[in-house]
Amino acid sequence: MELLPTIWFIAIAALWIGYLLLEGFDLGVGMLLLFSTRKDRERRLMLNAIGPVWDGNEVWLITAGAATFAAFPYWYASLFSALYIPLTIVLVSLIFRAVAIEYRGKGSTEKWRMWWDRALGLGSLGSAFGIGAALALTTTGLPIDANGDRVGGAFAWFTPYAVLGGLAVVGFSLVHASVFLGLKTDGDVRVRARNFVVRWSPVALLPIVAWVLIIQFQNGTVITWVLVVFAVIAVVFAWLSAKAGNEGWAFIGMAAFLVAGASSIFAAVYPVVLPSTIDSAFNLTISNAASGEYTLGVMSVVTAFGLPLVFIYQGWTYWVFRNRLSDHHLPEAHIVKPAVAPSSSAS
Amino acid sequence: MDPLEIARWQFGITTVYHFIMVPLTLGLGPIVALMQTQWVRTGDEKWLRMTKFWGKLYLINFIMGVATGLVQEFQFGMAWSEYSRYVGDVFGAPLAMEGLLAFFFESVFLGLWIFGWSRLPKKIHLATLWIAVAGSIVSAFFIIVANSWMQHPVGVELIDGRPVMTDIWAVLTNNTALSAFSHTVTGAIAVGAGFVVGIAWYQLWQRRRDGIDSVDATGRVVVGENLSIPGRDRKDHAVWIKSIRIGAVIAILGFGALSITGDLQAKLMFEQQPLKMAAAEAACYDGTSFSVLSIGPLGGQNCEDVVGIIEIPGLLSFLAHGDFDTEIQGVNTLIPQYQELYGTNLPDDPLYGERAGQEIDYLPLMEVTYWGFRLMIGFGMLAAAFAALTLWIVRKGTVPRSKFLMGTALLSIAAPFGANIAGWVFTEMGRQPFVVVPNPTPGGVDGVYMFTAAAVSPGVSGEEIIFSLVSLALVYAFLMVFEVRLLVKYVRGGVASAMPELDHSDGDGNDPDDPNKPDNRDDVLAFAY
Repeated sequence: MELLPTIWFIAIAALWIGYLLLEGFDLGVGMLLLFSTRKDRERRLMLNAIGPVWDGNEVWLITAGAATFAAFPYWYASLFSALYIPLTIVLVSLIFRAVAIEYRGKGSTEKWRMWWDRALGLGSLGSAFGIGAALALTTTGLPIDANGDRVGGAFAWFTPYAVLGGLAVVGFSLVHASVFLGLKTDGDVRVRARNFVVRWSPVALLPIVAWVLIIQFQNGTVITWVLVVFAVIAVVFAWLSAKAGNEGWAFIGMAAFLVAGASSIFAAVYPVVLPSTIDSAFNLTISNAASGEYTLGVMSVVTAFGLPLVFIYQGWTYWVFRNRLSDHHLPEAHIVKPAVAPSSSAS
Repeated sequence: MDPLEIARWQFGITTVYHFIMVPLTLGLGPIVALMQTQWVRTGDEKWLRMTKFWGKLYLINFIMGVATGLVQEFQFGMAWSEYSRYVGDVFGAPLAMEGLLAFFFESVFLGLWIFGWSRLPKKIHLATLWIAVAGSIVSAFFIIVANSWMQHPVGVELIDGRPVMTDIWAVLTNNTALSAFSHTVTGAIAVGAGFVVGIAWYQLWQRRRDGIDSVDATGRVVVGENLSIPGRDRKDHAVWIKSIRIGAVIAILGFGALSITGDLQAKLMFEQQPLKMAAAEAACYDGTSFSVLSIGPLGGQNCEDVVGIIEIPGLLSFLAHGDFDTEIQGVNTLIPQYQELYGTNLPDDPLYGERAGQEIDYLPLMEVTYWGFRLMIGFGMLAAAFAALTLWIVRKGTVPRSKFLMGTALLSIAAPFGANIAGWVFTEMGRQPFVVVPNPTPGGVDGVYMFTAAAVSPGVSGEEIIFSLVSLALVYAFLMVFEVRLLVKYVRGGVASAMPELDHSDGDGNDPDDPNKPDNRDDVLAFAY
């Protein structure tokens, strides 16, 4: 067993889990805007619930990507180039989502808001689906050759596993966001969010459960099965808590479900980081994909220093904005008028 | 379709675009933080107004930088997988450090700043902005470290034909990185300051045009107010005159620092990438003269066709070595040296695809390097001169009524952006045909270099890269329209666009003590989307 690559495998798993745990509800809120309400103030309430934190949450993705590059450059290179088309879609989606969050409230017409809401919703959907597909494929495998390059053309990645992974993250994010909104908002938005969890989570969470089970039947060990059992208990607990109106416990249950479920996947595929569906001799593993000892050592020191700090100050942000938001917290929408005398604006 | 050429265009387009937003973020951030510091220290409302107004423009721009930055990190793996494999051991580390040690700070604390106006104590709220700004500058440092390693690889050993990091300290303190970082940050400060000057000029001009401010017989400003226009009270004048002076002073200081840092960087480049500098000079033969103007046939990569029109003897030697008579090697001397060290033809390796075995053209595209270098300096000098002129023009408290001058001021915002773009295009195109330039200085590791032709993803087709290039270019063009439209709208709105409470123009009586107005309840958010 190689110590540093193993530590880094765990670190990257932790970064992805942190990303899904935090950004999951941001992406879900974005998607919920597509169908959950037509009232502008309710939309604003939902958006402001994630307002102060979403950008910090997205950094988990950036750091997960960069850490993969630094610690497992062969994994990074093979996975990202093999998934060229889906990652392009993810990028465009993430760009639209970020800009839409910032710009939707800055226009004054209904049409402006409607189009940015659509960009926000579809951008969240595209990001969640694409990232889910990428994560599923790195656990189930891609047709890569001895050099780690994809064979079989631009759509070789498009398999049932890709669709399953995409739906898994979309479904999880919708439920997670509803649990989050139940916890962070008040009024109709809160009630509707809670009802959504109670009613739809058994369906919406099916794909992620299926993904977990498929990986377990392929590679499961005793430890990973224990994690799966724990995840199932957590998700049932979350559902019961939501039903009973205990939103705080429901959120903790969902978080525990994600951590245990995703850990069971990563633990089961270890030490393979990207299986080759052509020949298992071409598998990328923590040994043949990793950077050298020195680089991993340096990165370990940096992470041991940096990541706890992130926990502290990001945790503090959630503490500062811990209050439930309700409609009366929202200022009236501000219409920007030109600071120009009427006569000169006409000319 | 040739994936290499398309991938290069994509990298160039997305990077230049990203680097329109980034210098404005880097440069405007410290200026806004300085303004808020003054507000916390003095309690004078004009500083609060400045913080809010410039802060709003800062945020409209910031988000675009974030959104386009993601593309940068992803495309190394997507389009340049062979490059990522070759350099991953050393190149990924600064990128990961950027995320962990800088970008997290920047994003989390900026969220706290935006939403924390009424939630955090004043001084802590100010600290969140300073931390976010510091995060953005540290972030720039790590990215420059990564880029500089491609310009001047250090801190590695060649093991099994691949560079393996042995000394992170050498990578972080790479002299190329230190000089490029200082040059980039001063360049960004010039961008931010120029932005402030141009927009403050427009505001002062608008106040004069609307008959709010006038000048007396000596040319000194007479400040007035017109409360039927949002935000145009007496204090508003102080906001803009202070802004324009701060902007102009910072711009002048920035350009002074730019010429010093640029000089340092040029001296290093003469040592580390002599061919890049020779190409920047269109210098075929060894000599000492700096070319002010040379012409040659467009697209002609033949050095012999270049004709020097105006040259300053000795200046090139001064730029490179600090004296007037050291001969600087020209293209014709350098190319045989490169051919001897790195071969005349690309290796017969499948990595190079159809380019395997082709003859290597060591000369970067000379029109691009030559004009990139001159445009950078030209735009920079233009913007510096305009800042100095502005400082003199506003000495009596306002700007002239001339619409032409106002237009010039707004246009001058573009000059530092132009200088930044030209400088980066010059230095990145000047790196060709290498993606990782060999390190010729003592301490360089033999064999650590990579031709761009070997860097592209072998498994990705040209069609896929066309797909991403077209998608991204369309999205970028579309979003640029919206960013500019929003910036224009918020600029035209003056301070009231960022502080709705200043807008008394709707004549609703606007009783500030009315408890039923939602904005007046104390638990209403000071900022909300």
